[in-house]
Amino acid sequence: MLSFIGRSIIQKIITLFFVMVVSFLIIHLAPGEPSQVDPLNPKFTPEMVERFREAFHLDEPLHVQFVYFYRDLFTGKTVSWKDNEPVLKKIGERFLNSLPLFIVGTILTWTLAFPIGIRSAIARGGVYDRSATFVSYLLYSIPGFFFAYILILLVVNAFHVPVIGMQTFGFGDVSLLRSIMDRVWHLLLPSVLGATVGIAVLSRYVRSQMLEVESQDYVRTAKAKGLPPEQVHYKHALRNALLPFVTMFGLILPGLIGGSVIIESIFSWPGMGRMAYEAILARDYPIILSVNFISAVLVLAGTFISDCLYMVVDPRIRL
Amino acid sequence: MKKTDTHTLHKDTGLEEGPLVPRESRVREFWRLLKPNKLALAGLIIFVFFFFIALTGLVLTSGNRPVFDPAMVRLQEKLRPPFSEPRLEDLRPEEIPTLGIYLLGTDDLGRDVFSRMLQGAWVSSTVGFVAVGIAVLIGIVMGGISGYFGRNPVRVDHILVAFIVSLGGGLMVAGALFSGGVLLLIGCAYILSPLWWRKVLGKQSAPRLMRFLYKDTLSIDTLIMRLVDIMLCFPVFFLILTVVALLPASMYNIMIVIGLTSWMGTTRFVRAELLSLREQDFVTAAKALGVSDWRIIFRHMIPNAMAPVLVSATIGIASAILIEAGLSFLGFGVPPPHATWGNILSDGKRFIFDAPWLTFIPGFAILIVVLAFNLFGEGLRDVLNPKLRERY
Repeated sequence: MLSFIGRSIIQKIITLFFVMVVSFLIIHLAPGEPSQVDPLNPKFTPEMVERFREAFHLDEPLHVQFVYFYRDLFTGKTVSWKDNEPVLKKIGERFLNSLPLFIVGTILTWTLAFPIGIRSAIARGGVYDRSATFVSYLLYSIPGFFFAYILILLVVNAFHVPVIGMQTFGFGDVSLLRSIMDRVWHLLLPSVLGATVGIAVLSRYVRSQMLEVESQDYVRTAKAKGLPPEQVHYKHALRNALLPFVTMFGLILPGLIGGSVIIESIFSWPGMGRMAYEAILARDYPIILSVNFISAVLVLAGTFISDCLYMVVDPRIRL
Repeated sequence: MKKTDTHTLHKDTGLEEGPLVPRESRVREFWRLLKPNKLALAGLIIFVFFFFIALTGLVLTSGNRPVFDPAMVRLQEKLRPPFSEPRLEDLRPEEIPTLGIYLLGTDDLGRDVFSRMLQGAWVSSTVGFVAVGIAVLIGIVMGGISGYFGRNPVRVDHILVAFIVSLGGGLMVAGALFSGGVLLLIGCAYILSPLWWRKVLGKQSAPRLMRFLYKDTLSIDTLIMRLVDIMLCFPVFFLILTVVALLPASMYNIMIVIGLTSWMGTTRFVRAELLSLREQDFVTAAKALGVSDWRIIFRHMIPNAMAPVLVSATIGIASAILIEAGLSFLGFGVPPPHATWGNILSDGKRFIFDAPWLTFIPGFAILIVVLAFNLFGEGLRDVLNPKLRERY
């Protein structure tokens, strides 16, 4: 166990290093340069460009820039090229905005996907199962932005509530209850949209896991003993089908930072995804690279956690 | 095989049917298995239909004087709803739509949405197919190498040569032609050197320096799988968005970037299949016959490993179309002279209240096509995987 943990941590660190190198190269070898983003701006004189290049080490060779960048990132000194704000502070603010979306979306996904999946596995081949299958494919296939517009039209027309942004603009002096309701309405649509793909995928996965377990011998034995169906399904089958999902707690970790670019830009939600999008538009390399780095760390940490959890919950796996 | 033949064979061999002849041809077996799965069947029909639409779209909307001109601007006819008649008195003869009616309406510049959708079908499907083609190609080659040669170690000199060649190439691209060229030449000379090396040295043992170069480091399998791990660490849509935004806008860049970022699944499938196929008797037999390695991989093993690749390719086309639509929506998609379903939708979203058809027609078109690809892909998975057959 300990040797597995040690080996896997070393491996992940090596992987992370190469991710750092690759993302740095992708960004810096692409044609064009951040100092030329706005050549028509009269304030951007050649001296300014020169000063800019020097301040951000842009005139150094690539490998020196690499060292400078990651040294700054690890000591927390990296600043955005656009407004000289510390990158970590900016990411932190945006992260707090994306967090409610992530939490509500995750809760929706997990609370809806399980009942749907389990029920369609138990009633396999029936009307419920077939329609649930179809709907989950539908949700999986619908382009997020298109679905967003359909939902916006429906909700705005039916309930006459504002949905764009984090809260209604200039809504300062109203009662607490109204402002909370306002927040909830604004939160609802983007998190539902963020959860749709998750619900579709996870409910299919739950269904197939459930079917796998339902065809095992011990479930047949339990049925043959004459146990009531609820006990067979929920006590014998479900508990064993849950095994792989414990590990998925690790895999939702990357979703923390990967706030959806498209959904956040439709709803003008000032979250991570939107910040990353704005950074790409402005060629703000430090932010792009930091977001990339943090999400790579989260992916690696997530897989590590899920490996460890798997070893804890499944005694058959001993590495 | 005719019925009488089967009958005589039955007499000769005492078997239920002829010993070597399969009961039914592959296509018929495929059809028999697919038929009960109504959703997958519908997916296949839409898939074929979409393919024909895309082909006719290419034929009818390209050329100097296309039958349906997707770029014809008629400002006096903007935002007409679907099925509306053109106002003939305002139009010059060449501006009159071919069908005599705006079948799907017009957009904010008065362009015929029907023609644009036709062209978009071709562009979207090209993006999907080419991107997935690139991904599958890389996946098969990487997975094939990793699954078949996986146990072979990578030697120190391999790493050095790869480093020198890539450095040389990088320098050439960056502009240092001379030093880059020299490095490339050294690398190529080293790669080609074994051809005459053996003649000069015979079978002598290598000198001490050489022995350091021939030291084993890690296996090819480990190398490729770590590469897959590295690629999986990137947030895919964000990476594609970054690269597409930094590169000059063009349809080819989008295809290539989507292809280069989605080969990891295929690699893993192919590798897993080849690892088990490698131990099978027909591969040993082929080796014993002296068939070359690459022929074994591509002629004997890959065809046996195609099932999961086909499934993931079908689903991959769907997701490539979705990614392209998403990029177009954010303004980084296929640039304007080409219409794609994504950019028809993203242009039309400003008029969602005045001209909802501009949002809903491309939206539903994308939805239906992607849904068809997904359903067909899942059906294909069930058909091609005998283990899953009973369960569904």
